[in-house]
Amino acid sequence: MQPVGAAAPLRVDIAEKTFRSAQGVSVMALKNLSFEVQQGEFACLLGPSGCGKTTTLRILLGLDRQFSGSFQLPEGGSNRIAAVFQEPTLLPWRTVEQNVRLALPKDLRAKNLDALFDTLGLAGMRSLYPAELSLGLARRAALARAFATEPAVLFLDEPFVSLDGRTAGQLRRLLLDVWSARPTTALMVTHNLTEALTLADRIIVLAPRPSHVLGVFDIGLPRQHRGPDATNGLLRSFHQKFPGVT
Amino acid sequence: MTARDGGDRTLGEAAGISSRSSSAATVMPALTVTISLLGLGLLWSLAANTWPSRAFPGPGEVWQVLLREAASGDLFYHLGATLGRVAAAYFVAMIVGSAIGILLGSYRRADRFFNPWVILFLNIPALVIIVLAYIWFGLNEAAAIGAVAVNKIPNVVVTMREGARALDPSYAEMAAVYRFGPLDRLRHILLPQLQPYLAAASRSGIALIWKIVLVVELLGRSNGVGFQIHLYFQLFDVAAILAYTLAFVAVMLVIELLLVQPVERHATRWRRRPA
Repeated sequence: MQPVGAAAPLRVDIAEKTFRSAQGVSVMALKNLSFEVQQGEFACLLGPSGCGKTTTLRILLGLDRQFSGSFQLPEGGSNRIAAVFQEPTLLPWRTVEQNVRLALPKDLRAKNLDALFDTLGLAGMRSLYPAELSLGLARRAALARAFATEPAVLFLDEPFVSLDGRTAGQLRRLLLDVWSARPTTALMVTHNLTEALTLADRIIVLAPRPSHVLGVFDIGLPRQHRGPDATNGLLRSFHQKFPGVT
Repeated sequence: MTARDGGDRTLGEAAGISSRSSSAATVMPALTVTISLLGLGLLWSLAANTWPSRAFPGPGEVWQVLLREAASGDLFYHLGATLGRVAAAYFVAMIVGSAIGILLGSYRRADRFFNPWVILFLNIPALVIIVLAYIWFGLNEAAAIGAVAVNKIPNVVVTMREGARALDPSYAEMAAVYRFGPLDRLRHILLPQLQPYLAAASRSGIALIWKIVLVVELLGRSNGVGFQIHLYFQLFDVAAILAYTLAFVAVMLVIELLLVQPVERHATRWRRRPA
């Protein structure tokens, strides 16, 4: 489907990742984990807690180099990557706006961010410090930071955990709003199936430890048609394809 | 939206309350400090009157000497010389000590190897370092400032090592993902996290350094407060000794109030306001 000459997709091929504890016990976290994400596609990595999703993301972010295998990030456009971590990870000693601008390369520091802050409802909070924000607002600031960099690929590590259901739902809508404005190749890690069915084009289902790909669930339905009924239908067909995965 | 507005209002109210109570809170301690110092002066005056002696002058006499020395210009010349040495030794000790401390705090193997050195230097008496510095490098300014800095560096190393151990790796990872340059990492990631440790090292540092500077001046310099104290010690002029001491303490107090505290307030402005 990919047009000739388009930027390469995100391609992951991790042969093995083993953790060694201080006592010398080794735990294999990942084994033959390989998948691809197409250009401009929003993919979700779904699996139970502790199955190595975050480990995979840390490898892709370049934060963990102790593994065997390889991966390839999209080239073309900017070759920057952006991440939204489980915690907002804003610098407490810088304002919201400074936090966003610091993540930009030097030549883009002065760029106009009004539209982004407006979309995320942060327009009035640019000069606040992170300690003055609620968790939901801090998460929005972390999203603003990630999208401001206009990355070639965006990684999200359960960015909506420990939020109440309404706030999480609101943030998911905001995420889709900013993402639709500039569709970016995105890979989100989650253990929440409903969340994955709301956001993703494709769900990559992981098996428990040592983690590998159990299968891929393609959601053909465009996002704007995913009402409650359609989502229930998707849920049913997901459970038919992957019995036992919640 | 309403929830957020409500939140803002309570924040504003909290700020209002804290500013009102803080104006009272700044006047009261200042008043207490003034009364306390006046009390000490009174006690000193009483004691000096009860046991009149050349070796124990009263506050009035010390004040006269202070005015005399100030009028001749000697006071400011020697205060300036000492202050310059304090500043130079302070910056050398903070920069070198922070660099070593952060390295030791970040690399455990280096820390294990160099820890005995740190303990050794922590326990070498200031006097020994000063004497050796003068013997090895001559009676010059570099040896004097270097000796003071070497006395202070191990303390800075120990404090900054703790600071480096307490660094939060998640900020460094964020900086790596977003490709912060080395200068940005230093300015926005490292230094703000180390700020409380830098403040602690500075605070204990300035007080220690100026005391050691006096010894350095006494042993091998021809100006500065330490030199003057040595001179008046030979003349047994206690009033002049006290005049110079109090003048320098006053200078350090002014630095604390006009430089250290405002800088610290600026560096910690992001912390949650006291509600």
